[in-house]
Amino acid sequence: MTTAMDISPVSVLEDPLDESPPTSATAAVRAFAWRSLLKLRHTPEQAADAILIPVLFTVLFTYLFGGALAGSPRSYVQYLLPGTLVMAILLMTVYGGLALNTDVSRGVLDRFRSLPVWQSAHVVGTLAGDVGRYLVAAVLVVLLGLLIGWRPDGGMAGVLAGVGLAVVFAYALSWVWAVIGLLARSPQAVSMLSFLIQFPLTFASNAFVDPDTMPGWLQVWVEANPVSLLVTAERTLFAGTADLGDVAWVLVASAALVAVFAPLTFHLYRRRSA
Amino acid sequence: MVQPPTQNAVEAVGLSRSFGATRAVDGLDLVVPAGGVYGLLGPNGAGKTTTIRLLATLLRPDAGSARVLGSDVVSEAAAVRREIALTGQFASVDGDLTGAENLVLQCRLLGHTRRSARARAERLLVAFGLDDAANRLVATYSGGMQRRLDVAASVVRTPRLLFLDEPTTGLDPRSRHQVWDLVHELVGHGTTVLLTTQYLDEADQLADRIGVVARGRVVATGTPDALKRSIGGDVLEMRLSSPADAVRASAALAELTDGTPSLSETVAEDGTALLSVPLSVPVRRILDVVDDAGVAPVGFDVRRPTLDEVFLALTAEEVAA
Repeated sequence: MTTAMDISPVSVLEDPLDESPPTSATAAVRAFAWRSLLKLRHTPEQAADAILIPVLFTVLFTYLFGGALAGSPRSYVQYLLPGTLVMAILLMTVYGGLALNTDVSRGVLDRFRSLPVWQSAHVVGTLAGDVGRYLVAAVLVVLLGLLIGWRPDGGMAGVLAGVGLAVVFAYALSWVWAVIGLLARSPQAVSMLSFLIQFPLTFASNAFVDPDTMPGWLQVWVEANPVSLLVTAERTLFAGTADLGDVAWVLVASAALVAVFAPLTFHLYRRRSA
Repeated sequence: MVQPPTQNAVEAVGLSRSFGATRAVDGLDLVVPAGGVYGLLGPNGAGKTTTIRLLATLLRPDAGSARVLGSDVVSEAAAVRREIALTGQFASVDGDLTGAENLVLQCRLLGHTRRSARARAERLLVAFGLDDAANRLVATYSGGMQRRLDVAASVVRTPRLLFLDEPTTGLDPRSRHQVWDLVHELVGHGTTVLLTTQYLDEADQLADRIGVVARGRVVATGTPDALKRSIGGDVLEMRLSSPADAVRASAALAELTDGTPSLSETVAEDGTALLSVPLSVPVRRILDVVDDAGVAPVGFDVRRPTLDEVFLALTAEEVAA
């Protein structure tokens, strides 16, 4: 048993930062991003299901349907992998919303909000830290792909550009989850909603098969689905035949998501916590 | 015009906040002088926590205003936050991080560099007896350890005003005393502590001044002693040899004390009787009257009402009003 307070707490009260300037917004965001990464390190199993699904899909689809869909597993994985990479990263985007939902129901939020720092740093930092999750998911899927025969013609540069673009879009999409996280009553509700929204987004896209064989009404949705646009851009980047128009479109869509959902998040955050 | 330096840590006037139809804080007036411990004492649901949250800039008042260390809690919230620290009713530390990480985070948020944050966190952990548990997740800490970490996080930068919302609720007696010691040390260092509690003995032990809160208002303020005196002052307790004596004595005294309700008789198991007389008249006159009635008391005691009696009297008045 520890003898509590062997050293008087007063001995540590002499180091006040009273004269120091208030913490900058960027420093506060960095601190919260660090917190978010620490949680990933302490509870990696929390992200296990989100990473398991794309890994399973990559392996199953390649070997189950590869021969039938594209003649051989090896040629199908060239088509499939950009799709499962996007799926892996996008499934991770819900964690920011989950984390915010958990935080606003706990006492720790009172401490954050009584600090002399930019009040939204908590939200911005939490979502920024989740970029770490996206990178972990991306690296796992890319390595798995390379292992089972995926050979991107765009080389290293193409892969890096592709992962980068997917991460940018995922960060933008995470603001949607932040809004849902602040509106939902419980983390379970957030998970349930994520299931309902993520699956149509990722499946009803061109991630797994060419939409040419789909019925017309479905094609309309698949063409408009931002995930399809992202997957198309990814394919061209990995293939080294990047179409700047496609890439620009994804960046514009990302900017639009942030422009709409970030202010909404800040508004809800202030309301939910006051 | 230069404003005179404020002498008060908190000045609230007509502070109000409702949640739906519930008026949690309802026209609360409060002055907390700088220095020492101020205890907000009240039952569950009296509005103590809402008051703390309003003063700590976590909630906006519907009506009324409050200044904390001279700054308005609404229009100058940022200035208030620079001077205060808050330890909430539910652990305001992060269970998913280790104790050390919680403190490093707090340090970083308060402007420490990465290196100085680590050094500061380490010193705090040692000082609060948590160094052995530094690298364990806080979710595995006992209630007392979480509280200590919570207070440690609040003194990363020594606040001028520390809010402690029910700091010892749910703690075992040993951890409770540790928190009390800590509060004393902080006060010795010049910090003003505003704490809420439902425990009378805690308010009695810790607070220099007490505000009794009921139904969203402060219904009485003063030092613990003054509050005890305020309801009829000291009490003379006489032990009489039989209940019959007590009846005779109290009949004789009724005239003297205008039939004050605090005149009470109780019969002890050994057959003697206790008669409590409020000391609103000199002891000598009471004794004379009792003597004239032919009663000889076998013992005396002068005591102050307990804070329990004060509290019940004050909150009963409030309910009646």
